[in-house]
Amino acid sequence: MNTEKPTPPPKLVNKRKLEDRRRFLRSIILGAAMLGISTVGYIPVANAWKTRMRPPGALEEEDFLSSCIKCGQCVQVCPVQAIKLDDLDQGFGIGVPYIDSRSQACDFSCDAVQCILACPTGSLAYKKPAFLPTRSEMVMANPPILLAKEKDPEPTLNLKERTGLAVLVKPEICLARQGKGFKGAARGHEFKGTLRFMEVDRWKPIPLRDHPFELELCDLCVRTCPIKGAISLESVEENGVMIKTPVVHEPCVGCGVCEMVCPTEPAAIVVEARKGWGA
Amino acid sequence: MNKYLESMRVMLGAAPRRPEPVEYTEEAKTIHFYKKNEKLDFQALRLEAHAHQKKRIWLKRRWITLLAINLLFTVSFWLDIQLLEGALTASRLLGFHLIDLNSALQVMLAHKHIIVNLLIGTGTVFVLWLLLGGRTFCSWVCPYHLVAEWAEKLHLYLVSKKIVSDHTFNRRVRTVLWVIFAALAWVTGYTVFETISPTGIVSRALIYGPGLALGWVVLLLLFEVFYSRRAWCRYVCPIGLTYGITGVFSPLHVTYKLANCHHEGECRKVCEVPHVLDCIVKGRAPAAQLDIGADCTRCGMCVDVCPSGALTFEIKGLRKLM
Repeated sequence: MNTEKPTPPPKLVNKRKLEDRRRFLRSIILGAAMLGISTVGYIPVANAWKTRMRPPGALEEEDFLSSCIKCGQCVQVCPVQAIKLDDLDQGFGIGVPYIDSRSQACDFSCDAVQCILACPTGSLAYKKPAFLPTRSEMVMANPPILLAKEKDPEPTLNLKERTGLAVLVKPEICLARQGKGFKGAARGHEFKGTLRFMEVDRWKPIPLRDHPFELELCDLCVRTCPIKGAISLESVEENGVMIKTPVVHEPCVGCGVCEMVCPTEPAAIVVEARKGWGA
Repeated sequence: MNKYLESMRVMLGAAPRRPEPVEYTEEAKTIHFYKKNEKLDFQALRLEAHAHQKKRIWLKRRWITLLAINLLFTVSFWLDIQLLEGALTASRLLGFHLIDLNSALQVMLAHKHIIVNLLIGTGTVFVLWLLLGGRTFCSWVCPYHLVAEWAEKLHLYLVSKKIVSDHTFNRRVRTVLWVIFAALAWVTGYTVFETISPTGIVSRALIYGPGLALGWVVLLLLFEVFYSRRAWCRYVCPIGLTYGITGVFSPLHVTYKLANCHHEGECRKVCEVPHVLDCIVKGRAPAAQLDIGADCTRCGMCVDVCPSGALTFEIKGLRKLM
């Protein structure tokens, strides 16, 4: 620029005007590009391609998404690291917490649903405000009793709504229904998930692989369920034969432990996120 | 014109205004008069400035502070010592709620409901940055600011080699985006801006481990290296503007002393927001001592390079008090 011959004043003005115009156009493009890119963030609201299971106490999805500040304090307090934060590839809810029960379920090792306590914005709440309605089928009939503290003066979990509901989605592969037993580590020796076993340690969850089972008839989902009366093995008649099958009851909060421990691949029983009782 | 209004106006994107003759104080007029006949050896001044730059006291202090804060988040989680839990968007310092002002604003607009913890955290942080200077957050805390500084170094090197050139934008674009992002949060009921906020993404990556979202941050940095110097912080980031507004009345400033200034302009070259340093142009300063405007990130780069002590950190009232 400096090496150019001095240009006459009128031309100089034009040049500056031209640069101003270019800058103006550039600025509009920059603004539009930033807005365009950020609107992919709207995808989770427009119902993303994945239904995510949210941590306990989460508001209904729309309210949850609007109120979550994406700080991850719920992640930090979880003793079994069940809560993870979403990334770009999962529907663009970047930084929003979810639980993948199959890899690590919420087993209420914390006894007090600490993720709710940690949430600074009320996205996770013990008691929902009256103007943020919850679907009636999500509300528990009675406060859920945590088996781990059944003998405590206060045996219930401070949780009024379920996060989902366990469903036997693949009854044909369920070991119990086939009359099969189970021996060994529930999910193999590579599995990293942890679970609290009261008979091992009241306060410390241990890796599932370190707690092998030897069962005549597989009832892993029933025996590991942390909630009283949420699931049981029942005898039913099918095609004229009496078989045993896991049956989910109303106290199920949708914690996902049954899905994590289910030894079949894929899991015969899964938690359907945000599904209510009877819905 | 009221200095706070002028500081806001410039922050929102207007060009700095040349003061009217009546706005100059007698003292400033006198200094400008004597400076008119001053013959200065700019080459020597520049060399002096560069020699001065080497110490970089404020740069060191700032980088240490920024790294310490961000590492405290990481360490608190990894060692489970619970000193500073959460991420930059919202956290708890020894149990006290701290909430990022822009994230809080987005959540309040999207959710249309404010719970007590959110209010406490936001209030605490508001007072904190009101006292410490608003955009001080940007240069002393924001982890993206640090990586952007490194990208800027690379950009300036490439510019000096004439490989790339800096493309400036109209600064009003940030104000427009701030309004649109706020409106989007209200209308969509989702904190849309958080999806592209490099501050949130980098902070979470440092604490919870890297993710694909870092790819977006890399794209931003590439854009800054090859196309436009400090583009995100200068022209886009609504967090910066939110903190800027918070700090309009802050007592902590970089202060300009006209009498000391040699007007060689080294400070404007290193500044992220050079429009706040318009007063250092010869003949522009309407008073002998001026506070640098609200868009200033208090990074101290100008204080570091100034060879004549014309730019210093000041806390209003503290000198009188002591």
